[in-house]
Amino acid sequence: MIRNLFFAALVAAFCAGLVAATIQQFRVVPLILHAETFEGEAGHSHDDAATADHAHAEATPAAHDHGDAAQWAPADGLERTAYTTLATVLAAAGFALVIGAVSMFANIPITFANGFVWGLAGYLAFALAPAFGLPPELPGMPAGDLAARQLWWGATALSTAGACLLLAKTRAGWAFAVAAALVLVPHIVGAPPAPEEASAVPAHLATEFAAVTLGSSMVFWLLLGTIFGKVNDVLAHRSLAQPAGATA
Amino acid sequence: MNTATTTVTNSGLSLSLSQRLIAGSLALMLGLTLLVGTGFAGDFRLHNGAHDTRHAMGFPCH
Repeated sequence: MIRNLFFAALVAAFCAGLVAATIQQFRVVPLILHAETFEGEAGHSHDDAATADHAHAEATPAAHDHGDAAQWAPADGLERTAYTTLATVLAAAGFALVIGAVSMFANIPITFANGFVWGLAGYLAFALAPAFGLPPELPGMPAGDLAARQLWWGATALSTAGACLLLAKTRAGWAFAVAAALVLVPHIVGAPPAPEEASAVPAHLATEFAAVTLGSSMVFWLLLGTIFGKVNDVLAHRSLAQPAGATA
Repeated sequence: MNTATTTVTNSGLSLSLSQRLIAGSLALMLGLTLLVGTGFAGDFRLHNGAHDTRHAMGFPCH
């Protein structure tokens, strides 16, 4: 049973993660690479072509917690693509296991019939709601304190997910009021603001990035929920079919 | 056919509370570990390796 949960989560994560990683390579990463050419334009010397593109630490030491210029980063090209693909699939596995855990705790199985709704809820909680306060951010854009943004991101995801879960369990009048409060409170509190300084990144890159990342996240989440549910259904059928097969 | 479909839809509900709690806790711990590692960890190797993923999936980076 635990094996079934992990198997379904990992299959869904692998499939949805690979699709997301493919969209990222074609539509998202080119924008990141383009933005990095503007990052730290003041005082950044391109003395080492192999590492300069990705070594933001030496470009903008003030914006980083880790200013060591000699730190490791994957080389641009195949290595960077491989690491990004791996990281996306691992993050997908993390998301899949978390919604699998929620389905266990809440006693709402993820099926092919409701997988799309699970995916939609995941998208609202982990992509759209956090992006409402912290717009998808390209390297080189001014941003507030990292720890504060991570805290707000996590709290917003948790709060929005709580609202979705509550409405999945009950449609009572009070539940709508509580869910609305859970969704709204993080935005009334407000995300940590970005400092009032000019962005090094051109606006058209930033707007395209926001649209493409939210779009690819939506594809990722809808696939994740749907495939998760499909695999769960197949596993449930198989466990039912086994005793039937023994008698036949 | 009808009984089979009903059982399938309800199979997740037939798990005992302790089974669900154990499976859920294990999945939650592993899932959060993966999310923290790919999306939040400050270690420069994890940050740089997962850099483009963090930006693409909307995690706060930098």
